[in-house]
Amino acid sequence: MSAPTVNDAVRLGLSADEYRQIIAHLGRPPNATELGVFSAMWNEHCSYKSSRRWLRTLPTTGDQVIHGPGENAGVVDVGDGWAVVFKMESHNHPSFIEPYQGAATGVGGILRDVFTMGARPVAILNSLRFGDPDHAKTRHLVGGVVGGIGGYGNCMGIPTVGGECAFDPGYNGNILVNAMAVGLVRRDQIFLANAGQPGNPVLYVGARTGRDGIHGASMASAGFSDGAEARRPTVQIGDPFMEKLLLEACLELMATGVVIGIQDMGAAGLTSSSVEMAARAEVGIRLDLERVPVRDAGMTPLELMLSESQERMLMTLRPGAEADAAAVFQKWGLDAVVIGAVTDTGRLELAMHGAAVADLPIGPLAEGLVYERPTTPLPCSTPVSVPDQQATIDSLLALIGSPNLASRRWIWEQYDHGVMGDTITPPGSDAAVVRIHGTDRALALTADCTPRYCEADPRLGAIQAIAESYRNLSAAGARPLAVTDCLNFGSPEDPVVMGTFKAAVEGLSEACRALGLPIVSGNVSFYNETDNCPIPPTPQVGTVGLIEDVGRTGKMAPSPGTSVLLVGSAEGHLSCSLYARETHGLTEGAPPPVDLDAERRHGEWVREQISGGRADACHDISDGGLAVALAEMCIAAGTGASVRPPDEKLSPACFYFGEDQARYLLAAQSEQVDGLLRAAAKDAIPVRTLGRFGGQELQLASLGSVAVDTLRRRHAGWFPSYMNGTTEGTG
Amino acid sequence: MKAVVVVFPGSNCDRDVAVALARCTGCAPTLVWHGATSLPPCDLVVLPGGFSYGDYLRAGAIAAHSPIMRSVREAAARGIAVLGICNGFQILTETGLLPGALVRNAGLRFVCRPVDLRVEGDSPFLAGFTPGECIRFPVAHMEGNYQTDPETLAGLEAEGRIVLRYVDAEGGVTEAANPNGSVAGIAGITSASRRIFGLMPHPERVIGDELGGSDGRRFFAAVADALA
Repeated sequence: MSAPTVNDAVRLGLSADEYRQIIAHLGRPPNATELGVFSAMWNEHCSYKSSRRWLRTLPTTGDQVIHGPGENAGVVDVGDGWAVVFKMESHNHPSFIEPYQGAATGVGGILRDVFTMGARPVAILNSLRFGDPDHAKTRHLVGGVVGGIGGYGNCMGIPTVGGECAFDPGYNGNILVNAMAVGLVRRDQIFLANAGQPGNPVLYVGARTGRDGIHGASMASAGFSDGAEARRPTVQIGDPFMEKLLLEACLELMATGVVIGIQDMGAAGLTSSSVEMAARAEVGIRLDLERVPVRDAGMTPLELMLSESQERMLMTLRPGAEADAAAVFQKWGLDAVVIGAVTDTGRLELAMHGAAVADLPIGPLAEGLVYERPTTPLPCSTPVSVPDQQATIDSLLALIGSPNLASRRWIWEQYDHGVMGDTITPPGSDAAVVRIHGTDRALALTADCTPRYCEADPRLGAIQAIAESYRNLSAAGARPLAVTDCLNFGSPEDPVVMGTFKAAVEGLSEACRALGLPIVSGNVSFYNETDNCPIPPTPQVGTVGLIEDVGRTGKMAPSPGTSVLLVGSAEGHLSCSLYARETHGLTEGAPPPVDLDAERRHGEWVREQISGGRADACHDISDGGLAVALAEMCIAAGTGASVRPPDEKLSPACFYFGEDQARYLLAAQSEQVDGLLRAAAKDAIPVRTLGRFGGQELQLASLGSVAVDTLRRRHAGWFPSYMNGTTEGTG
Repeated sequence: MKAVVVVFPGSNCDRDVAVALARCTGCAPTLVWHGATSLPPCDLVVLPGGFSYGDYLRAGAIAAHSPIMRSVREAAARGIAVLGICNGFQILTETGLLPGALVRNAGLRFVCRPVDLRVEGDSPFLAGFTPGECIRFPVAHMEGNYQTDPETLAGLEAEGRIVLRYVDAEGGVTEAANPNGSVAGIAGITSASRRIFGLMPHPERVIGDELGGSDGRRFFAAVADALA
């Protein structure tokens, strides 16, 4: 084979300058294997070369943080010796090409990130973005993605408890599949991706290596153009049964104390796992590639290093423990082979049948590059005026049955959300609640991002995403602890896209600092664009909170006869609202402002009422405003409500459909109301009584009345009939 | 009551049912690995839910040929009670310990939701409920569509071996209330001896009101009373 040239480097996605840097690091031109390894480590997906400069500005520390970004997942203290391990990750490109397998392996990958740290996964969430429901591909993609997520999690026996799903034409050419996994581990039994001392054996465990997924990380580092489906061979195939065995075998071996370090083979497979483990320990690593268990004959060293075959782990062991490890994996019917050793050379040395095939410095491989990409400053978004004179009860019916607000039951009934026996609040509420097994405490989990806000104003949209997840946890009675993010954008080489990225990171930073929420893990997905048309900026966040007494979990369904209380002010912000979009087709205009101090104070106050047993039910107000929040509570409880605006300051449209932030609806027994109002006045929290839950109708003064059963049918109807093809997307 | 829970590779409700047995009967069960060739002395063998052997070939098909199932068959022949939940029910039909087959849901999708069930017949497993009573357990399966030939179905009906059916809120067997297309709304059946019981719904998931219901607690407590 002739030595590769700069043209080969460019074909692998490297720039001519990056190729020159490689030569400088080596003191000689790389051979083909070496060039391939560099291209895998230096692509955007693995190196974060465009984002790192901005990610460094995020708040990542706090008393509760045990491990922040840089490990396989973030780790946060939840007391009593327990820690929660969580991360969100994208699998966007593969899911567009092959939705079932792309989404399934996205779940598989994020689960490995969690159990590689020694944690048992206890919950899965996902955040999905599809194109216009009327787009020719959307229905097929929804069916495949939901099937794939369910297929993987259900077989693993880990409940899929929450998430969100939105439709927007901006995702017609690039859907988003972001999966979040959450696990629990004893604080003193956390495992890190650190190779440890020279002399430690390097063990390969799990599935055999095939040619699937080669250059998958490179695929995720470029946009699509016509013929994306031709990339189908770069999509991996998942085997959740294999991963279930791998999970049990890894946890069993970890409990014996012989595992030093462990990392899953995700993007760029054996390459990234070995390089990153060695880099963290500041050591070298030697691999004898002919020992790698394979399912395809004749694989080249580079193919072995780049394969993204699923359900594989790399670990380093205490020397002499090889037989113990082999016995555990044999019990579970899995391959476990020593394929190399930790060295003191600081280099990645690869050999095949005794012949050296690569010799590379770990440092430059792992450190990668940091680019200061040009950014275009964003224009200021200004509110648009939305006609507010013709709102009726039909506006509410249209909203509640619209693609972005209709019930997601069609999705989550395909997910096993009850396995493991600790699901306290299943999907369909503000936050999912999962009990910490064997205790009376619980985790509350939510995933949020409002695409139209982020498109209008990425900074404010990112702030609002954090604020909404803070509210979702607060409405469940949970103290918000920490955040994982998944930043989905177009090409970082486009200064406009990079400008939106910078703005979104600044927004996340500002909101997280104000609310005391460190970002402990995350993922960046660039190049979500087709034919140079990027997706709307989508800074997805997943947030974890803690409930001290599971018996005091905030519920969405009110009891009949309770009073309806509004926490927060009604300013009637309709610009960028769902009402403006669905009723008047207005998609422009500034999103609602977010007062982070009010978010914090209102959230704390609401949590105090829930944990004090003074709230019968609680629901955050977000998309669609007060009327939609009220309708959702009525549907959840199967009870009506009668509500009247407290004054005539706002038009009915503004009062009922305005999307002002920092707001909740609270249901309270009548004997609690006076006390709540007094407490609110004392704490300077705006709280007003709007009416009462009860009856079979939702009666909204100045808007009209509708039977709860009609609301329920409208809410439930859109998704199944859309997927059956019996309705057009716009319902 | 001494209970055994068999763990196959891919079982994933083994812990849940073990927790439910311990919490509702006061006796923690023994977990037995699929490769074992004998069972410890016991009153009840539980085949838990999950995806034994990844559901490869057919759900339950490979598990039916695992080493431990020889011992389970022998135990069943001696009159030891056997309970198969979800994948466990699939294993029981694949083993031939119960008639019929569980095929892909009529809707061709996995379905996870609480279902209303009507209790019928005189199974010791349902001694905690009165015949005709409606209870609620969740289902979570892709292959829960019970099918059998007309003669076998007639036999099951005549012998009162259909002991759980999917029903609507009024207790009626309707198509809308049936989550998977099972013939005659069948959710659970027993052997002629009444000592073997297979059901698709998961009683182990509703053992406390914080989990959405307590009918599973009544189920396990009564099973322990009936079999001890």
